[in-house]
Amino acid sequence: MSTWTPVSAAAGGALIGAAAVLLWWLNGRTAGVSGIAGGLWSGARGDRAWRWAFVAGLALGAALWVAWSGQVPRPRAQFPAAALVIAGLLVGYGTATAGGCTSGHGVCGLARLSVRSLVATGVFLVVAVVTTYVVRHLLHVA
Amino acid sequence: MSSTADPSAASAAPASTAAPVLAALAAGTVFGLGLGVAQMIDPLKVLAFLDVAGDWDASLMAVLGAAVAVAAAGYATLRGSARPLLAGFYSRPGAAGVDGPLLAGSAIFGIGWGLAGYCPGPAIASIGFANPEALWFVPAMVLGAGVARWHARRRAAAGVGGGA
Repeated sequence: MSTWTPVSAAAGGALIGAAAVLLWWLNGRTAGVSGIAGGLWSGARGDRAWRWAFVAGLALGAALWVAWSGQVPRPRAQFPAAALVIAGLLVGYGTATAGGCTSGHGVCGLARLSVRSLVATGVFLVVAVVTTYVVRHLLHVA
Repeated sequence: MSSTADPSAASAAPASTAAPVLAALAAGTVFGLGLGVAQMIDPLKVLAFLDVAGDWDASLMAVLGAAVAVAAAGYATLRGSARPLLAGFYSRPGAAGVDGPLLAGSAIFGIGWGLAGYCPGPAIASIGFANPEALWFVPAMVLGAGVARWHARRRAAAGVGGGA
């Protein structure tokens, strides 16, 4: 199930990269999801509609894929809802503070050779690996 | 897609308001499709990458590598372009360097990502197929980001550069 899938991974990654280029070429915007979502309510009046459209597209694109492929990621039976809430709070707080997430720093920032994004990506990757180790192998939460 | 011939509208505001919104919808849809194809909408696939001590699955390296390669090629091609097709200017990221908020924020994000296996893109995309996990995660993420912006405003008001 969770095995090395380099072809679909590279194809999906290429689509993500293409989406970033599309948004830059047409709208002059960085395809950083946390940054785009951060202005959904707090952005300037004329600066919100495209953000909602992008976010709606994210959900639409994933829905189209799930409908077409029939591969539905199943919610985890044993995973506590409290952990999802805590993780959500940390991801929201952290990405807003760092000014980017996996897409803004990880994809767009690295593609621009930004030192700031390279450092951010290194930090969140290493911390996520350590956290996953603690959660899965020391606390035994799956 | 051709803009109206009103030179006064060329400064900051785009000529049409519908076109950039449709463009964002298209870009978002391609992005969401990519997350689906790459299986990043499955947190177990993401955690299989982050869990280097388990049955390690390196696939996410290929997702990131391909995404960065395509984006870098596109950005490089557009380097000489004066303005985007549907907007008045390129919104380039600021010139901030590596600072406290970048390091602390990234570390806090990493804890949340490693805990549940969701980063912001896949979490929002998961609303598209009504994954109940997203109904817990996404509102909490929005709340967390709101608190962070409130903290940042307080830091700025107090004139403190970084730290708590």
